[in-house]
Formats: sequence, structure tokens, C-alpha cells
Amino acid sequence: MTASTPTPAPAASAARRRLARARRRQSLARSWAAYRAQRTGMIGLVLLGAIVVLAIAAPVLVDESALSVTQATGGRMEPPSAAFPLGTDEVGRSVLALTLWGSRISLLIGLTATVVAVVIGTAVGVTSGHVGGWYGWVALRVSDWFMVLPSLVVAIALLAVLGRSMATTIIVIALVSWSGTTRLVRAQTLTVQSRPYLERARALGAGHWHQMTKHILPNVLPLVLASATLLVPSAILMESSLAWLGLGDPNVVSWGSILNRASDNGAVSAHAWWYLLPPGLAILLVVLAFMMCGRALEAVFNPRLRGESA
Amino acid sequence: MTLLEFRDVHVTYTGSRGRIPAVRGVDLTVEAGTTLGIAGESGCGKSTLAMAVLRLLPKTAEVTGEILLDGEDLLAMGWGRLRAVRWTGASIVFQGAMHSLNAVQRIGRQVAEPMLVHDKGLSAAAAAKRAEGLLERVGLPASRARSYPHELSGGQRQRVMIAMALACDPDLIIADEATTALDVMVQAQVLQLISGLVSERGVGLVMISHDLSVLSSVCDTAAVMYAGRVVEQGPAREVFAQARHPYSAALGAAFPVIGDPASRRNPGGLAGDPPDPARLPEGCSFRPRCAVAVERCGEAAPELLHIGGARSSACFVAQEGEPVVIG
Amino acid sequence: MTADGPTPADAAAPSGAAPSAGRRPGRVANGFGRYLCKHVAGAAVSLLLVLFSSFFIFRLIAGDPIDQLTKERPVSPEERAALRAELGLDRPMWEQFWDYIIGTLTMDLGDSFQYRRPIFDLIVERLPATILLSGTGMVLAVLLGFWIGTRTGWRQGSRYDRGHVAAGLLLYSAPTFWLGMIVILVFARYLGIFPVNGMRSPSTPPQFWPQALDIAHHLVLPVLTYTAVVYAGYLMIMRSSILDEIGSDYLTTARAKGLRDDQVRDRHAVPNALLPTVTLVFLAIGGIVNGSIVTEAVFSWPGLGSLFVQAVFYPDRPVLQALFVLFSASTILAVLAAEILYWFIDPRIRKS
Repeated sequence: MTASTPTPAPAASAARRRLARARRRQSLARSWAAYRAQRTGMIGLVLLGAIVVLAIAAPVLVDESALSVTQATGGRMEPPSAAFPLGTDEVGRSVLALTLWGSRISLLIGLTATVVAVVIGTAVGVTSGHVGGWYGWVALRVSDWFMVLPSLVVAIALLAVLGRSMATTIIVIALVSWSGTTRLVRAQTLTVQSRPYLERARALGAGHWHQMTKHILPNVLPLVLASATLLVPSAILMESSLAWLGLGDPNVVSWGSILNRASDNGAVSAHAWWYLLPPGLAILLVVLAFMMCGRALEAVFNPRLRGESA
Repeated sequence: MTLLEFRDVHVTYTGSRGRIPAVRGVDLTVEAGTTLGIAGESGCGKSTLAMAVLRLLPKTAEVTGEILLDGEDLLAMGWGRLRAVRWTGASIVFQGAMHSLNAVQRIGRQVAEPMLVHDKGLSAAAAAKRAEGLLERVGLPASRARSYPHELSGGQRQRVMIAMALACDPDLIIADEATTALDVMVQAQVLQLISGLVSERGVGLVMISHDLSVLSSVCDTAAVMYAGRVVEQGPAREVFAQARHPYSAALGAAFPVIGDPASRRNPGGLAGDPPDPARLPEGCSFRPRCAVAVERCGEAAPELLHIGGARSSACFVAQEGEPVVIG
Repeated sequence: MTADGPTPADAAAPSGAAPSAGRRPGRVANGFGRYLCKHVAGAAVSLLLVLFSSFFIFRLIAGDPIDQLTKERPVSPEERAALRAELGLDRPMWEQFWDYIIGTLTMDLGDSFQYRRPIFDLIVERLPATILLSGTGMVLAVLLGFWIGTRTGWRQGSRYDRGHVAAGLLLYSAPTFWLGMIVILVFARYLGIFPVNGMRSPSTPPQFWPQALDIAHHLVLPVLTYTAVVYAGYLMIMRSSILDEIGSDYLTTARAKGLRDDQVRDRHAVPNALLPTVTLVFLAIGGIVNGSIVTEAVFSWPGLGSLFVQAVFYPDRPVLQALFVLFSASTILAVLAAEILYWFIDPRIRKS
């Protein structure tokens, strides 16, 4: 990182980069300290860590054959026993195994959909705020339009059209969730835009790409991180609702689809509480964990909320 | 008759940086029908002192000492009695009328509100009528009662604040930087209005400003505060014209004197910043910025002592009769 | 929670920023005219986009609508052609689109494939049930959320605050359909004190009072479920709105005037804190029409939501189209109403 760089003053630019890195590390450490000070945020993080570990370790803990309908070993809706700690479903599969494996799909869809939504939202937000003009106006209108449309209605309608698969579920959830990020990012971009150092960058001849990636984006990302963390729980809830309605991928097991089978097969009238509670509580816990983390992050990055104990 | 008396008032904030003293032992009195000016830089504790009178400070502030209004200690009052005294015993003209008025409530209602709170027998219509009268009294058309704060200019809003302060005929009015945000012409009008009302109604006035010239034109006595303490006190004109504390001298010189072109072209300033209240210097807290400091100043903090006439100063140099201004 | 209510992360700002046009107090009417035009035009464009997308999106559903219409019986090619002509499917796309727009605007929504009846009649039939369920639930959720949110925000960090925020978040995190199933399991199956699903029992006498009581009895569990999941969103929004106001100078003024703490809160802080939530409340009102699709599905409530879900699985394209437009239009119009209302309740919007 020295003489080989073809800039006029390689040493100086390397030093600058080092400085920038050190500063970034420092602010990261500060944010982490602020985050750690929040008890609910830490509880959420630990909870989330535990769930993610369980989801990753699911194949080690329970063999995938436990999900097979044909190889099921238990009876129909057996209450919890030593062999099946959380009872069995209507074809005799272990509810514990289903719930464990379901976590993989639910988290995968929730996280992927959020990433897609946030990437779209940030890209549209930064460009519309930075470029402005005709493009900015149209982008704002379109995101406003998506914001007003009832998201579950749109998601159901789109899934009905696009067909049921994990990919379509992810696309549909991302499509109904990107607009919030856009609005947030756009507003933040406009604020950053008016700061003097960006004016200086412009005066020094910085191109749009440089301005957006080097100046605007780093300033926008903390807020995006906080809002993305709060977007994951709604994506997970949306996925579970869609799957419960019967619009999920029929070939995979998610918490929503477990509950879909439960209600289709009369688990409620059979009083099979062991079939209903585990997947539902799993959704509740994951959503809660993300909410706790997201709110703590928001308190760290949003000065207005700083000092909030929750 | 003594209307308001501060006796050894301390205000300490507890925050993330520990306990921070904002006011450190203030003794002041205001006689009925007279005006007291309190001057000082922002952060010297003058607004904290004003807010302490009606106990409007946040919960993180601890107030000790006594604040007597008509002989009654405000700091020892129960909440019910305190609420009854608020606005009827003493009212405040807040700084920054834009934010001190409720943006979504009509002016008339805001002026009439304290009347209705304190006089249960008063009908809403009668209160509204009186509010209109007060608006006229401060030079606004009665029709302004139906306006919202943002529809008024800065000077008009400040007049509304004054009308509001008069609503319950208080014995004492505290004007906290009431004219600071206004331009010079409007400032002069508002000052005239305030002093007119004071002499007409015989109320006591505590006027807080960082501008000594404003105080000298309105007030009978003046107190200069620095780092939470009163450093000089005396008849307002004398303090302004001939300071007996180097800080008041600097404060007076910082503002151009109207009609004196020399001062306008060359306003005196004061180097440095007021001390961090969490880390006050040893001895006299003004010492680091003081041009006439002597050795003693670093050893002990000077008390506020009489130095002849009606004047007091908390400066060793002045107490020895030496001049506090160089040159 | 299933996206029927606000998320605690939602910024509750009015979507239309204060208009840029300057105006003098004397020309308020003119200013209002421009403000109104701007927002009505915006809403009209949004509505057109909805009509446009609903027409084309649902055309992509796999399968020939004729097959869906004639599911149970074999049909000859001639019959198919006749049916196509009858439905107008043989005409050019733009003509069909034009007919669709005109039809929608004149409330002629066509016939349902599934019920073979005019969709308009179906909607009129099912709308009251939806409004009863989600209207009751929404009103309760907003009132409860705002009431508690005001108090938690006002006493931030207190035990009351922490307790309510925790309870709200917990309920908010529960999926609606799951909570509904658990509620049914406990109150209807185990305890047997409420009916399992539906809106009325067939055995109830046809007179008004027995019928009303029966419906109310059926209404309890769905409303309970719906409110429980949705109120937390309103709580968090009101709480943060109050927190925004809490350090304001005008509250110090109010305190100095001698108002009691609750008077300061209710007369000064709440009106200011409510302003930014108006859009949200109207979105909630608009959302009443599409109701809670999920709640209706759990409790087999005979409203528009369950009609929509049925239509997805049939698939009943005309019904999907009509309901999609209805649901979207109701929220768009609700937001428009909120924007118009802002003109009257937020004096700052009118400022020059």
C-alpha cells in the first residue's frame, strides 16, 4: 500500500486511508459501547445468536429424514412423550424436528427478503435524493405509491400470480417492503447533501459516483442498518402469514407452513396444543429478538432517541 | 417591602458527567415595584436561577437554599400551593417566543388559559374578553386572539408572551432574555412596553439578559453573574458606566454604545470561554480570563463584599479600591 | 402482526410535505385550492396506477379463465368461443382495458367466476361483516395504543413505561393467525365460552336482539386477537411522538402557568403529538375495508378478507381484480383525506 499506487502522493493518500480506517474503527467501537449499554438490546442479541446457532446446527441435531412424510415414525398427533418431546404432527413427524428445520427457511426468507428490500430501497433512496430532478420525482412517487398500498393484499395477489416458491416469496416480500427504506434514505441523503463537506467535494470536482459511495452512503448506512434490523421481523411475520394462508413454497418446511398444516388438519379442534405452540412461539421469539436489537440500534444511531432506556 | 429574595441558592445538575454546579450560592433581593437586572454570558447560571424561582428546572437539577416570594419559601412549598403561586405570584416572559407558545393553539386561548386555571369562577367568554384586552394593552389588535403563533412576527409573539405574563396580575414578572431574539427597533419597543407596564402596575421585575446596556436602560439595580455566582451588584447605571469587577467591565465593553461611534468600531471583547462548570479553576473562577488578576486570586475565591455606596464586588482588586480596567 | 397496522419503526410523518407555494393570510382559499388540487391529482394518479396494475397483473394468472369458469363440465369449442365473446375476452386488450376502467368507475365490476354472481353484490353483502370486525378492532387498537402510548411516553423510563412497552412488543411479535388459533384453543375449545368461528349460529332466533347478541358473542375473539396484535404499533408511535414533544419550551410555559401535570400533557403535549399521527389513523381507517385478511381467515369470518383469500385459491380473477382495487383505493383515499385534514388541523401547513 505504498509506492505502487499511481496517485501523485501515494504516501499521503495511504496515510489518509489509514486515518479514515482508524476513525471508522473508533466510531464502530463507540457505537458498540452505546449498544452494549442497552440491556434489552443485549438480551435480543443473545436470543438471536442462540436461534441462529440452532438453525445452522439443525442438520446436525436432527436428520433431514425426520421431515419425510413417508418415513414418519410416530402416530397421528401424539402428545409429547420421551420419543417426541414436542409430540407429533398429523402424519407422525416430530414437531420438534419440524420446528428446528423450519427455522432455517423462515430465517432464510426473512433475511434474504430484507436484504433485497434494503438494497433496492437504499439504491433508489440515494440516487433519487442525490440526482433529484425528474428521476428523483418519479422515484419518490413510486415509493410513495408502494407505501400506501396495503402490503399483505399486494403480497397475496402477487404470489397468486407468480406462483408459490421460495424465490417468489422473497421477491414479493421485498417488493412490499422496500419503500420505507427509500424514504428514510432519501431524507438522510438530502440532509447529508446540504452539508458543507459535500459542497467542498463537489467544488473539488468529485463525480456523482464518488459523492454517493464515499460521502453519502457511509452517512446513511448506520440508519439503514437499524431500519433493516426492524424490517426482518416484519418480513418473517409476512412470510409466516403467507405460508399459513397456503401461499408458501409447498416443498419446504417453514414455521408458517407447519401451522398451515396444523390448521388444515384440525389441530385446534384436536386440542393438539403441542403442534401449535412450538412454531408460533418460535416466530414470536425471533421477531421479538430482532425487534429488541433493532430498537437498540435505532437508539444508538438516531440521536433523537438517544438516552432511551428501552 | 421585599418581594423576592434568594438566600444562598445553589443549583446542581446531576448528569452523565457527574454533579455539575450551575448556581453556587446566590443572594439577591427584589423590592416590590423595582426592577433587578441579571447579566452574564450564556451558561453563567442566570436562566437557571430564573427557572428555579417557579421550580421549572428538570428533575436532574437539585435546588438548595431559600427562594422567598412575599416571605414564603417557594422551595419548601407543596405542589398544590406551588401551582397556585405559579403565574399568580410570579410569571415569566420566556425567551424564544416561537417555541414557548403552543404552535397548534390560538393566541387568545393561550393568554386566557392561566386565568381559567387560577380563577375557577371565571367563564371562558370573560377570560377570552380579558385576553383580548391584554393583547390590546401590549399593542396588538384584539383580532390577533384568533391567530396562531406562526402567523405573527417575532416582535408580536414576544408581545403575546408579555400579555400572557400579565394575565393573572402577578406581583413579580421574570423576563428571561425577552428581547434577545428581536431586532434593535423592536427590542426598544418591547423594552419600553415592559418598563411602562412595570411602573404603571407597580410589579417587581427581574430582567435577565446578556446585554448590560439593555439592563441599564430598564433596571434599577443590576447583578452580574459569572460561573454561577454574583460577581458584582449595584445601581444598574453605575455598574454599566463604571464597573467594579473586571468581568462586568468586559461585558459592558462588549456591546457598542448607541451614540458612541468609537465603541461601535472597536467593541471590547473578552478572550477565552467561560469555565466548564464541572471543572472550575481554583480561587476566583474569572482569574484565567482576567487582565488585572493578582496572586491572591489563585488562592481563594473572593466573596461579594460591599465596596462603598450601594455597590458590591467579588474582586480582590476592586475591594482594595484599585481600578479593574487597564488603560 | 401481519402488516395490518403500523410497525413501531414507521415514521409517522405526513406523506405530503408542507406545500412550497407561498400565500398570504388573506388568500387562504386560493392556497387551499392549490393544496387540494395537488393532493387530489396525486391520489388520482395513484388510483389510475392501481387500476392499471390490477388489470394486467391478474391477467398473468396461469390458466384460461374459461377453464376456471367451466370447471365441472365438459364444453365444446363453440361453447368456449361463445363464452369468450360473452366475457369480451376475444376483443383487443386495450378495448378490454377501457371497458374495465369504465366498468370499475361505474361500479359494474362483472361477475364472480366462483359464485356466478355480480361482484358488486358480493362486496355489498360482505362489507358490513368486515367493517364490524376490523372497525371495532381498529378503533379499540388506536384508542388503547394512543392512550397507553401517551402515558408511557410522558413517563419515559418508569416501570409503567417499561412494562407496557414490553407487553406491547411481545403481543406485536405474535403472528396474528397463531394468536387467533391459540385464542380459539383456549376460549372456545377448552373453556367453551365463545364460539369457534363464523359470525352467527344457525339456531339463533331471527329477532333483532338475539341476532345482535349472537353476532357480538362471535365478535369477541376475533376483535380481541386483532386488537391485541395491532395496538402495540399505535402505542409505540404515540409514545415516540410524545417523546418528541417532551422537552419542548411550550410545555415549560404551560407548567409555569400553574397547570397540573396531566393538564400539561392532555392540553398541550397530546394535541401536538397527535398531529404527526393523523396520516396513520387515516391509514388505519382506510385499512378497515380490507380488514384483517388473516383474522377473517382464522375465524372464518364472512367478510371481504376471506372472500379475497378464497378468490386467490379458486382463482377468481374478477373478484381479485375488484378487491385489489377496492382495498388499495380505500387506503389511497384515506391518505388523501388525512392530507386534506392536515390543512385544517395543522396551522403550520398554511404558513407562508
